[in-house]
Amino acid sequence: MKISIQKEDFDIAIETQQLREANPETGALVTFSGLVRDMDNEKQVESLTLEHYPGMTESSLETIITEAQERWSILDASVIHRIGELKAGEQIVFVAVVSLHRADAFSACEFIMDFLKTRAPFWKKCRDEHGESWVESKASDDDASARW
Amino acid sequence: MIAIHYFASIREALDCEHENIDLPDDVKTVEQLISYLIKKHGPPWADVLGAGSLMIAVNHEMTDSNAVLDAGDEVAFFPPVTGG
Repeated sequence: MKISIQKEDFDIAIETQQLREANPETGALVTFSGLVRDMDNEKQVESLTLEHYPGMTESSLETIITEAQERWSILDASVIHRIGELKAGEQIVFVAVVSLHRADAFSACEFIMDFLKTRAPFWKKCRDEHGESWVESKASDDDASARW
Repeated sequence: MIAIHYFASIREALDCEHENIDLPDDVKTVEQLISYLIKKHGPPWADVLGAGSLMIAVNHEMTDSNAVLDAGDEVAFFPPVTGG
């Protein structure tokens, strides 16, 4: 399991190669990357600033991955989440899951992402043409995690 | 003594990131801690800590206002999370 909260960008090719090398029995590799959208609520986004709760963020992600390991037959998982100021188009988050067969990796990847959005203590502040404001949580994210 | 952390919009609204307080004898739960903090600090705290959307963590675990507190605990108050 890899969990990294970092300011630096990440390289998907390097991350997936590390997972494949560490888990030679892998038959399926599913990844998700989240990016900073350039438009939000019809406003031009300049940047997002990501804040987190050091210590709790890591432990909550570990709990989410452990739950995924209990529910599906997965070999390993990586989660990278960036913090600090990120411009439109930059990568924010990366989730990768490896398993023997694709169904487990697909489900576990979605599960990890849904719970990351509702249980991991990160907050986004958005800077757009009108100034800065905190991003509000979405009911659709709660619905997405409630279905599991 | 307990440590209290405030994050994101709550930190900004209260203009407070962190405080340590000696737990009074009659403060046994998070709900009682919130009442104590509102009395101690004054008006803006009642609105911010009274919000229905307030999220609470004790020792890095999400919980609710019924959680029981002990000396040495770390309590955090924050708005709904918006990562990913």
